[in-house]
Amino acid sequence: MLIRRKPELTYADVTPEDLYFNRRKFLKAMGIAGAATIAGSGLLELLSPSRRVYAAGKFPNLAKSPFSTTEKPNTLEDVTHYNNFYEFGIDKTAPAKNAQKFRTSPWSVSVEGEVKTKRKFTMDEILKLAPLEERIYRHRCVEGWSIVVPWIGFSFSTIANLVEPTDKARYVAFESLYDPSQMPEARYGGIAFPYVEGLRLDEALNPLTLLCVGMYGDSLPNQDGAPVRMVIPWKYGFKSIKSIVKIRFVTKEPPTTWNLANSHEYGFYSNVNPNVDHPRWSQAKERRLGEILRRNTLIFNGYQDQVASLYTGMDLKKNY
Amino acid sequence: MPSFLANKWTKPPVFLLCLVPFGVLVGRALTRNLGANPVEFIQHATGDWTLRFLIFTLSVTPLRKLLKLPDLVRFRRLLGLFAFFYACLHFLTYLGPDQAFDLSAIWRDVAKRPFITVGFTAFVLLIPLAITSTAGWIRRLGGRRWQMLHRAIYISAICGVIHYYWLVKSAVRRPLTYAAIVAVLLLWRLGDWLIRRGRHIATAPKTQGASASG
Repeated sequence: MLIRRKPELTYADVTPEDLYFNRRKFLKAMGIAGAATIAGSGLLELLSPSRRVYAAGKFPNLAKSPFSTTEKPNTLEDVTHYNNFYEFGIDKTAPAKNAQKFRTSPWSVSVEGEVKTKRKFTMDEILKLAPLEERIYRHRCVEGWSIVVPWIGFSFSTIANLVEPTDKARYVAFESLYDPSQMPEARYGGIAFPYVEGLRLDEALNPLTLLCVGMYGDSLPNQDGAPVRMVIPWKYGFKSIKSIVKIRFVTKEPPTTWNLANSHEYGFYSNVNPNVDHPRWSQAKERRLGEILRRNTLIFNGYQDQVASLYTGMDLKKNY
Repeated sequence: MPSFLANKWTKPPVFLLCLVPFGVLVGRALTRNLGANPVEFIQHATGDWTLRFLIFTLSVTPLRKLLKLPDLVRFRRLLGLFAFFYACLHFLTYLGPDQAFDLSAIWRDVAKRPFITVGFTAFVLLIPLAITSTAGWIRRLGGRRWQMLHRAIYISAICGVIHYYWLVKSAVRRPLTYAAIVAVLLLWRLGDWLIRRGRHIATAPKTQGASASG
């Protein structure tokens, strides 16, 4: 039956960032103002923090980003306990359970292929490559649900500028870690591992394309693609590959996992598009987690101003 | 054992047992314990239980014959009606919370999306079976015709399994498990029918031959 035992201590047992944030702010305010003189406006500020940046955890000095949406982020609980990460199981609640012991340190990402300087970055190096920004993005799954997440990272173009792609580079191929000893559930996923993804070079260099190292003010939880992943907010979620170990600049369109599994249903581009249905379901609407009724899905997930020009002249129905 | 199955007091506990999945769902809803996507949670739970109850219902006849427990048949209608009950909850969740009663969108979905078409078929086929599940309807239709009609549950179960198989993206282990069980239950019937037919032919008078078996 549906009775599930709660694991000993999960990520969810950590005080939610917003509560923690309020508490810090409260203590700080107490210090400055003194216990006796908290003004009415100060109290209001405490009740509804106006600052959008989650600055409680590992990354205290995050820059705000003009790309951030003003929409309300989902709760950390929802984002960490409802997601796909087939290496750790096929149920939405499985990654939170099965990824707890996933070893994400030491970790390095090798950048190779058509570049002037091949490099291997350790996680410590990656964290120092550029000032970390908080980017609050909409994230739309091909299955018809969506979330709003305060990711942390910097534009992927930072990496490209460091390794300098050659003139031959047209695409970027990404590869996730696959360690069957840590990911025994992967064999039931029905897709090939390691998980691979790809972008056209100009898509990868678009400033929205995020190399992501954290969320909600802290490092990435294991189940959300720790320690480093991509976030491409105008594409369906499966394009935003998790737990990256290899990045290759290549000349030809690289293979991508879901396209290999079912090319009829998942194309290389997989841009969010309410007008191009998935063969088995409509993409016109989506359910934002935390809401019951579906809302309309936006073309390019609402990022058309930034990315529509990448696809001028292309038939988006053919290049799904 | 047989006398226990024939006892009139065995039905109420079985009835209550069949309500447990529903009770668990209501309990979870009241304690806000349906996860990040409650509508999907209810859809999956009610879909799973519909398939399970279809399988329970289809198991009655093979078990009854294999274990020589004729009284098991007393529970067949109960199990079948619970399959219909969970199918109704499944369908209503789709109709209401999922599609917000947007009938034109639903109609387009049913017509255009094979996995919904086949799921809708499975559900619609159960409606006449639920209606004609009473003793009065068996009398009115006559046993033979009633039995013919109620074979629609085979098609409903097959459609239900296909509905699940077409829904998942790549992880087919669970839908294939349901499919395998349904296949075994239906193949057993085919085998049973062939054996009975064989016997019938063997014992039939020579002059009438095979045509007598119908």
